[in-house]
Amino acid sequence: MSALLVVLLAVPAVGAVLAALLPDRAGRLAGTVAAAVAFLATLPLAWHSAPVGHHAIAPWHQLDVAWAPALDIRFHLGVDGISWPLVLLTTLLTLLCCGYSLWRTPGAVPGRYLVALLLVIEVGIVGVFESLDLVLFFVFFEVVLLPMYAVIAGWGGPGRRAAATKFVLYTLFGSVLLLVGVFVIVARTGTADLVTLSDRGGAGLSAGTQLLAFVLLAVAFAVKSPLWPLHTWLPDAHTEAPTVGSVILAGVLLKMGTYGLLRVAVGVLPDGARAASGVLGVLATAAILIGALVCLRQTELKRLIAYSSVGHMGFVVLGIATLTGVGFQAALVGNIAHGLLTGLLFFLAGAIKDRTGTGELARLGGLREVAPGLAGLLGFAAIGSLGLPGLAGFWGEFFTVYAAIRHGGPLWIVLGVFAAFGGALAAAYFLRLLRRVAHGPAAPAIAALRPRALARPELAAWSPLVLLALAVGVAPALVLALSAPPVRALIEVMGR
Amino acid sequence: MSLVQSIDQVALAPAYLAALTAVAVLVVDLIVPGRRVPALVAAALGTTATGVVAVLVGLGPARATFCTAGGTLPGGVPVDRSCSYVADHVGALVAVAFCAVTLVVLALSTPVLAARVAPTGEYLFLLAASLTGGVVLGYARDLITLIIAVETLTLPLYVLIGLRRRASRATGPDEPGAPAEAASGALTFFVISVVSTTVTLLGAALLYALTGAVHLDRIAAALAHRDDLHGVPLTSAAVLLVLVGLAFKLAAVPFHGWAPVSYDGAPLPVTAYLSTASKLGGVVALLYVTVFALGPWLSVVGPLLAVLAVASMTVGNLAALRQRRMVRLLAFSSVAQAGYLLAPLGAFAAAAGRSGAARHTLTAATLGYTIFYLLLELGAFGALIALRGAGSGGEIDEYRGAGRVRPLTAAALAFALIGLAGLPPSLAGLFAKITVVRAALTGGTAWLAVLIALNAVLGLVYYLRVVVVLYRPGEYRPVPVRPLLAGVLALVTAAAVVAGFAPQLVLDAAALLP
Repeated sequence: MSALLVVLLAVPAVGAVLAALLPDRAGRLAGTVAAAVAFLATLPLAWHSAPVGHHAIAPWHQLDVAWAPALDIRFHLGVDGISWPLVLLTTLLTLLCCGYSLWRTPGAVPGRYLVALLLVIEVGIVGVFESLDLVLFFVFFEVVLLPMYAVIAGWGGPGRRAAATKFVLYTLFGSVLLLVGVFVIVARTGTADLVTLSDRGGAGLSAGTQLLAFVLLAVAFAVKSPLWPLHTWLPDAHTEAPTVGSVILAGVLLKMGTYGLLRVAVGVLPDGARAASGVLGVLATAAILIGALVCLRQTELKRLIAYSSVGHMGFVVLGIATLTGVGFQAALVGNIAHGLLTGLLFFLAGAIKDRTGTGELARLGGLREVAPGLAGLLGFAAIGSLGLPGLAGFWGEFFTVYAAIRHGGPLWIVLGVFAAFGGALAAAYFLRLLRRVAHGPAAPAIAALRPRALARPELAAWSPLVLLALAVGVAPALVLALSAPPVRALIEVMGR
Repeated sequence: MSLVQSIDQVALAPAYLAALTAVAVLVVDLIVPGRRVPALVAAALGTTATGVVAVLVGLGPARATFCTAGGTLPGGVPVDRSCSYVADHVGALVAVAFCAVTLVVLALSTPVLAARVAPTGEYLFLLAASLTGGVVLGYARDLITLIIAVETLTLPLYVLIGLRRRASRATGPDEPGAPAEAASGALTFFVISVVSTTVTLLGAALLYALTGAVHLDRIAAALAHRDDLHGVPLTSAAVLLVLVGLAFKLAAVPFHGWAPVSYDGAPLPVTAYLSTASKLGGVVALLYVTVFALGPWLSVVGPLLAVLAVASMTVGNLAALRQRRMVRLLAFSSVAQAGYLLAPLGAFAAAAGRSGAARHTLTAATLGYTIFYLLLELGAFGALIALRGAGSGGEIDEYRGAGRVRPLTAAALAFALIGLAGLPPSLAGLFAKITVVRAALTGGTAWLAVLIALNAVLGLVYYLRVVVVLYRPGEYRPVPVRPLLAGVLALVTAAAVVAGFAPQLVLDAAALLP
């Protein structure tokens, strides 16, 4: 079973090479097949026996091989209830994006290269979620940088070059701080093993070192998540990126930041996290409010969705910042829900922009009458995203607010109230979006929209997201049951 | 004490062979004048033989020669027997590295020699002479041998930079790369080289005056035992002068001014040699002096090296941002790389960096980074020469469209540049970056690690700019590529890929340094 952990990395890597080398059509097909194999290989990992012993991280399956002792790197992979849902989300979204690219790729550059880059990004993201070694985690964290840059710069909109450069420099800034933070920990503790480090719960690291390392890691992950005020790369990157790039970026790439914050920063440095949790909570709440307020004034479809991501990820970070079990659970559900719904939103925004040639809200309107299918799905995704109970977006945000209020103390109660208010603002801007795009008389751009019906590849790519969003909304226990044991274990170690 | 020393000829064999190579090339060129291939083959065979013999000698127990019997230094410091020339593992490693670099540069030189930009016999002789300096440097264990070896390594380069009979076809008479430009590059190199050597020699003389020793281990013994030397400004001045002078070979700030002028003026393969062999020489000399001689004085050495490292990487990166010419950009990038090379040694600045194990980590990190750097830099220049032939590096914009016309060569260049920026998919570069940051934090200098990290972001800006240019539509005019050049480029790139997946190989080699 643990061999599957390597398969998950090797198959997309081989697929990427094949996609790049074969002729265009065959290359795209080979890449999609590789993505499908990777997705299928994720599923059996869910079968596991009950973990033995009391560890902060108890992987279902793991693999531990020496790689470069001189750099403290071990090739230590594993999945548990926190990482497996994210791995599944990654392989699913990559498969959907590759399948979508079989049908359509924008621009003049052959689409097989896009598929190849998507697969390399998959290697990096899955690697991050699987890593149980700090240095290995960092290596995979860096793997995604340049491929994502190339996706934006190669297939993006008119301002793609500046947006791609901004993306890569911002995120590299974050990841070099991660490198420093990782080795602050490794140099003081003598190990890079995440399981060992999480078990120690920060023992052997002075309070000052913990705070220093936590700040370095938190800034690194805050850039990636992104957390206000380090989010400014995100709207540009999303606006310019091609549809599949936006989907991967919002759907799973941002999750590397929040996952790292929980698993590495909080798990390894609990005292540092406790010292910084107030600041983190305030920034997260600011992100929720500012994201929502900016969304209310947005005039461009993809930019609006991008800023809504800032708000949603603010909820996730706030959940983690409470340092409570409920908060962690909320963050993990929020992560998955955001990945499903925002992925869907970006697919839809891309479809609308491809069909009308514009994303300006002022030039859109009346979509419901012209293309009811598209409008219906947009309505579903937007309502799910604004946190209607019964859909996926609700649970993460509700439990985050609940965790903040239950955490107690004037600061956290105020933060909880403000976050709830931000959630209400999200309803306002998503409804405004729907009113602008779906309702009213058909604008000229919408009236000329072709094709009006949904293409079959589009349906194939979107329906899994719709179904999963419904499933997580109706039965959040699907995710919560998986993540409950590891979260409980983490809280136990933190309480010691 | 007998006046006739017994000399261990076996220990000297690699140095003999390197010198013999130089002579052989000259003789071959006399016998078959005007023919490229025989001289080239002679040079390649000689260099290979030198490397092989260095390995064979290195596999055995350490051999020492030119030894002085033990006694008492001024100030009553008792010392054992000391040797000027020691053929041990690390010496063999250095010699092999120089031979490998020279072999690659020989292959890279074929377009320049074919276009008769430089006369074959003289060119190869000078290269082999420089190699001799490098090989001796690896075995040198006293300051005088060390400085002479470094000079033997450097002096032929002065002629090589200026050795341009006429402008190549690719460049007009007024463009850089023409003879006038080459002459100014050579002269700049010469003047700064002389100044820096003077500075080193002054430092060495002061050290001798203070300690009465030139052997590295004896200087260390004197510095360790004589408390009266501590707190004397003259001792600090001597140490600073030796180190700053040696920093010239690395093109580290403040002696970096020669790099852009000389790099851009020289034929491309000579630039490749300058940015690899000369840098390797500087690193080895600095490491030997700090590890073998100045060990007890790391509290003085550390802060100085830290300042040099930070200044080099920052100045190099900032200046590289503004460059329009390819080779000048690489020149400033190599100034920045010199900063990363020095950074682990800069971690001596913190007390934690001076404990035994940490010290070994730091010196090994410097040597390890050097090996990664050599692979990537040779790859970059190899690809550059494959794209430009005998011509000069030219403007960066002239490479537009190379990615479409020459996908493999452009990919090799992109791979090397991304590696120098320290990012995947070029894992060799990523591990190089990790090595340096890890060393800085092992030493306990978090501020240095943060500065290295931020400089890595700065570096990506210009490396990425070049990579992007390769893949933009444009009018790149291809030149024919010789199979030998293509093969060697593939070999160097493959070596960088292997080093990326198995970094432990490189770091094990680097750990040979005591």
